Amino acid sequence: MAKNDLLGGSLWDQYSNKVTSLMNNPTHQGEISEEEAAAHGNRLIVADFGAESCGDAVRLYWEIDPASDTIVNSKFKSFGCGTAIASSDMMTQLCIGKTVQEAVKITNIDVEMALRDTPDVPAVPPQKMHCSVMAYDVIKKAAGLYLGVDAAHFEDEIIVCECARVSLGTLQEVIRLNDLHTVEQITDYTKAGGFCKSCIKPGGHEAREYYLVDILADVRKKMDQEKMAAAATAGLGGNFDEMTLVQKIKAIDAVIDENLRQFLIMDGGNMEVVDVRDSEDYCDIYIRYLGACNGCASSTTGTLYAIEATLKEKLSKRIRVLPI
Amino acid sequence: MNVYMDNNATTMVDPLVRDAMIPFLSEIYGNPNSLHRYGTASHPAISKAIDQIYKGINAGDEDDIIFTSCATESNNWVLKSVWIDKILHGDKNHIVTTEVEHPSVLSTCKFLEEQGVKVTYLPVNDQGIVEAHTLRSFITDKTALVSVMWANNETGMIFPIKEIGEICRERGVLFHTDGVQAVGKIPVDMQAVHVDFMSMSAHKFHGPKGIGALYIKGSQKLSPLLHGGEHMGGRRSGTLNVPYIVGMGKAMELATQDLEAKMDSMAAKRNRLEDALLSIIPDTFTVGERARRTPNTILISIRGVEGEGMLWDLNNAQIGASTGSACASEDLEANTVMLAIGADHELAHTGIRLSLSRFSTDEEVDYVIEHFQKAVTRLRAISSSYAKVGPTKGGEAAECGIHH
Repeated sequence: MAKNDLLGGSLWDQYSNKVTSLMNNPTHQGEISEEEAAAHGNRLIVADFGAESCGDAVRLYWEIDPASDTIVNSKFKSFGCGTAIASSDMMTQLCIGKTVQEAVKITNIDVEMALRDTPDVPAVPPQKMHCSVMAYDVIKKAAGLYLGVDAAHFEDEIIVCECARVSLGTLQEVIRLNDLHTVEQITDYTKAGGFCKSCIKPGGHEAREYYLVDILADVRKKMDQEKMAAAATAGLGGNFDEMTLVQKIKAIDAVIDENLRQFLIMDGGNMEVVDVRDSEDYCDIYIRYLGACNGCASSTTGTLYAIEATLKEKLSKRIRVLPI
Repeated sequence: MNVYMDNNATTMVDPLVRDAMIPFLSEIYGNPNSLHRYGTASHPAISKAIDQIYKGINAGDEDDIIFTSCATESNNWVLKSVWIDKILHGDKNHIVTTEVEHPSVLSTCKFLEEQGVKVTYLPVNDQGIVEAHTLRSFITDKTALVSVMWANNETGMIFPIKEIGEICRERGVLFHTDGVQAVGKIPVDMQAVHVDFMSMSAHKFHGPKGIGALYIKGSQKLSPLLHGGEHMGGRRSGTLNVPYIVGMGKAMELATQDLEAKMDSMAAKRNRLEDALLSIIPDTFTVGERARRTPNTILISIRGVEGEGMLWDLNNAQIGASTGSACASEDLEANTVMLAIGADHELAHTGIRLSLSRFSTDEEVDYVIEHFQKAVTRLRAISSSYAKVGPTKGGEAAECGIHH
């Protein structure tokens, strides 16, 4: 936010002239019938994507020469805003003359680039980038129908942000390598989430399989676990007094499990660590006896001495063990 | 022909209002708080404006009407100061509002929720109205405030303010209403209803932008939002915006004079427009019973025609309208009112609002009918919803994955 953002641009002022003129006069709006395609000896493929209740829907028509797999004609029908209509029109223009195999390689970014008046000025404002994604999706669907494969067949990675075409793998890597903490940082680094914003969190324009907030949380969680594991590993061989409280508790449990618990269990008892309190002079470990240990005469004398001596030896001389 | 049919967003300043304001820009410009003659020169005009506004909403002399910068300020003031007075410094913890309030109420409530206040958002029925009995069960002993708009901006639907006021009085709960879409359009009589606070804004009734007011029943306590000098008894500081106050007064007078006649005239044009659109264009519906709507508003859904696209074509025909369609918003979020009504998901994408004013003419109505129809014809010709050749087997679209 600064001087140039104070007024906030008009949505429509940010449309390129090409978008405006295709919205006003779409060139490939219309339908191709079975009869028409058959009369040319061609095959008709019609694919739908989206729905009116979603806010945008497109129907793509391809007339394909079966001998060469070439798309000889293409039309569209669209329920959507100006950019949806213009993107659909540009999509049909890009398809015509290509083979089905070539057309599958057309992405929403190609459609948007083709709608630009000048190469370095976006054709649509960021939130409208989403409209061109439908073009990409419906092409995959049409190609799948023609080639007899599933549309997912053309996708070799999971795309989280369709507007900017950023994959799950890329996002995980970027978060990790750059130690990112916020979605805004992810957008700055990858552009993901910078357009229609659907992929940021649930409840946006479109339901997604993956959301940036979840990916960020997952990666951060994994990173934290790895950090802890590394710290714990270092801690076990390292200095008890320099461990974090959690590491101390784990180290205490580890010593008890390895050296003490089995003897208590043999006598029909057990123990648990209730609390660990660290002060300058002491590390007080509060324990509770369970089963037969509870009330056993030795629990306040010999057994207690053995527990404390073992923990002191293994971990720190500062340790005191206090039964409650 | 240029036709402006977005009067629920803002209105033209009535030329008579402009004329009344002009002398207070470069001639009578003293600060009304100054002791000298230049300051006091504006006092008669301010007093007159105050009278015009009290009369326009039939406020009692014991009530306060405090000028603010806009209804957004008035709404913020009530919500935030009730929070301070009754929740931070009292034993309450709860505010009740509706799902279809203006963003200046909803966003403030969200902010208050972040501060720990409990907020209940009342649902609306398929007419887009909050029913009074719905409110009753949501008021608790901890409720500090009920805030329900008088009329809705998207649908024009008028809420049962009298009944809601009675419930609030019975339960001893403060009642605020955002009267922005009601004042100057329908009768607003503060002595006939029990309302503690009402927000209003001049630019919705042919006054200038940047001036509004808050009605406060019986001059009751409400901590100021803006602290400073002793303007308006210390209730709202900031040098009085004299030309705009004069303008608001004049606008109120003009809007409420012969209100019934103005309403009838507006409703006649609105009804003719609505009847024509519904009868000429198949697969359309409008929201809300006319008798319960402000006389100037139509919210119409056009199957197969997305709202932003429709607005585009209307704009090309020099017609200004509005849409709640998600595609027309900065954040692609569908309008909360459209979602709350929930009658039909399509409404969130195909709803067009036409809002007339007392300056709308029959010629304008004819022009809109003609060009509205042209736009629908063109866009339906492009629309996949009206395509004849169906998808290849297996090429059908999956169910909608979008949240609204």
